[in-house]
Amino acid sequence: MSSLFNIFLQPLKYDFMVRGLAASVIVGVVCAVVGVYVVLRGMAFFGDALAHAVLPGVALGYLISGGSREVLFWWALGAAVLVALAVGRITKNAEIREDTAIGIIFASMFALGIALISTVRSYTVDLSHFLFGDVLGVSTRDLVLTAVFGGIVLLVIFLFYKEFMVLSFDPILAATLRLPSGVLTNLLLVLMALTVSVAMQTVGVALMVAMLVTPAASASLLTHRLWQGMLVSAVIGAVSAVTGLYVSYYLNIVSGSAIVLTATAIFLLVFIFHPRRGLLWKKR
Amino acid sequence: MTFPSISPLYPHEHHNPDAPILETRKLSVRYDGRVALEDITFHLHTGERVAVVGPNGAGKSTLFKVIAGVLPPTSGEVKISGFGPRGHICIAYVPQRSQVDWHFPASVADVVMMGRIGQVGFFRWPRRADWDNVHAALEAVDMNSLANRQIGELSGGQQQRTFLARAMAQEAELILMDEPLNGLDTPSQEAILSLLEKLRQKKITVMVATHDLGQAASHFDRVMLLNQRLIRFGPPLEVLTSENLLHAYGGHAQLIQGGDGTTTLADSCCDGKEGDE
Repeated sequence: MSSLFNIFLQPLKYDFMVRGLAASVIVGVVCAVVGVYVVLRGMAFFGDALAHAVLPGVALGYLISGGSREVLFWWALGAAVLVALAVGRITKNAEIREDTAIGIIFASMFALGIALISTVRSYTVDLSHFLFGDVLGVSTRDLVLTAVFGGIVLLVIFLFYKEFMVLSFDPILAATLRLPSGVLTNLLLVLMALTVSVAMQTVGVALMVAMLVTPAASASLLTHRLWQGMLVSAVIGAVSAVTGLYVSYYLNIVSGSAIVLTATAIFLLVFIFHPRRGLLWKKR
Repeated sequence: MTFPSISPLYPHEHHNPDAPILETRKLSVRYDGRVALEDITFHLHTGERVAVVGPNGAGKSTLFKVIAGVLPPTSGEVKISGFGPRGHICIAYVPQRSQVDWHFPASVADVVMMGRIGQVGFFRWPRRADWDNVHAALEAVDMNSLANRQIGELSGGQQQRTFLARAMAQEAELILMDEPLNGLDTPSQEAILSLLEKLRQKKITVMVATHDLGQAASHFDRVMLLNQRLIRFGPPLEVLTSENLLHAYGGHAQLIQGGDGTTTLADSCCDGKEGDE
């Protein structure tokens, strides 16, 4: 028993692990809750694109600040909000299909980001931190920013719960109830942008979409009501974050990967063993 | 009529009690230069039930969306109790069942409560009175026992009644229903039609888009025959003549002359097959 405790306690001797753990849990929860709307509204591809499109903003900030990590959050935030609102605008009244437009923006922004970073000598190390996260490099300041902005996202989702629900379920009802649909839609995009910038340091841009989609997808199989889905998704996100971080500590693998793979494992368990809708019980 | 509990953040027009519940004047809608509706002028009386019939592409859904204030008309105007539709939350639009995401994580009661969020207001949660209202609406459509069901587990008729309850919870004075009878079995259709009878007692005005000309004739006060233009609007027997129907449906109409001199029209243009869940 005590050895089991030791497994849990031993990594917590290090402050950087405690900070990393706290940041991962916040990110896991925030991504999972926002992810419920990402899944409901069929915006997985958009979320993936948004995460990748942040890269040039971060790279630019990195170059301008001469390699400082301090300011990167703000550059990520600015880039994410800009891209989210731009894509929202472009896809609304476009001549080309929405997923095509997103595909173009996604790849080109990502390429631009890599191009910018490749001008720096320590290119590979920095790039891998941006792509896959650097949860052990979370400073106290980073942790505070993560908590504050993560808290803002959760608070707004709570405050506009019924409006976002109507907007996602029945846009025509939203219009006949005279809700400001355009403002609410953009608010939801901004929340996704905040989430992406908060999660960037922990899971990195490449795997972020998994944190947005996988816990929410598991929750959608387990629940029938929106708030229940959010709660269950948040729990799965948090459990994935903690488990993933311990796995990464003991098996010495990248934390972002470990967290995402844990979330995927949970999803597979739910998908296969779900009491009524599980793959295992489906008639052939 | 005003709602005292309404949040000031939700705009709401006052009603002029002397004006008709719905009035349109020279309403036209064009999409990319293509005509969807042309020169539609009519008005409704409070509490009447109107069937809107016409071939596919006649503009029935477009008309409803313009009336609901969801789609701005290219020209002309809509007035709800004397004022433009955009300030009103008393218009309910009941979508076609095929347009709804039935996998959405919401219970029957959740969906009905969605109709009330205008009354609840921003930054507030539904109060006891709102839930009472929701359950009264569910009672009226005989759905209270299913209040906690996920909406995807309902039959087609139950889904349609849920949306009617939502319109009642919204305290709608004008309900627009897009093909509510499509794909329903006969008992479910009868249940919906008798609910419409109840709504009349509450002075709620109802417009129903339908393909079933027989039901339009037997269950509605007036019939609107639409094909981009308003072809006829009046009592069913005056509107549903073979001459008018041929005019509206053109080549899609199949007129069947009965031996007793009656004329039946089979509307051949439209698939009624939206019954698959």
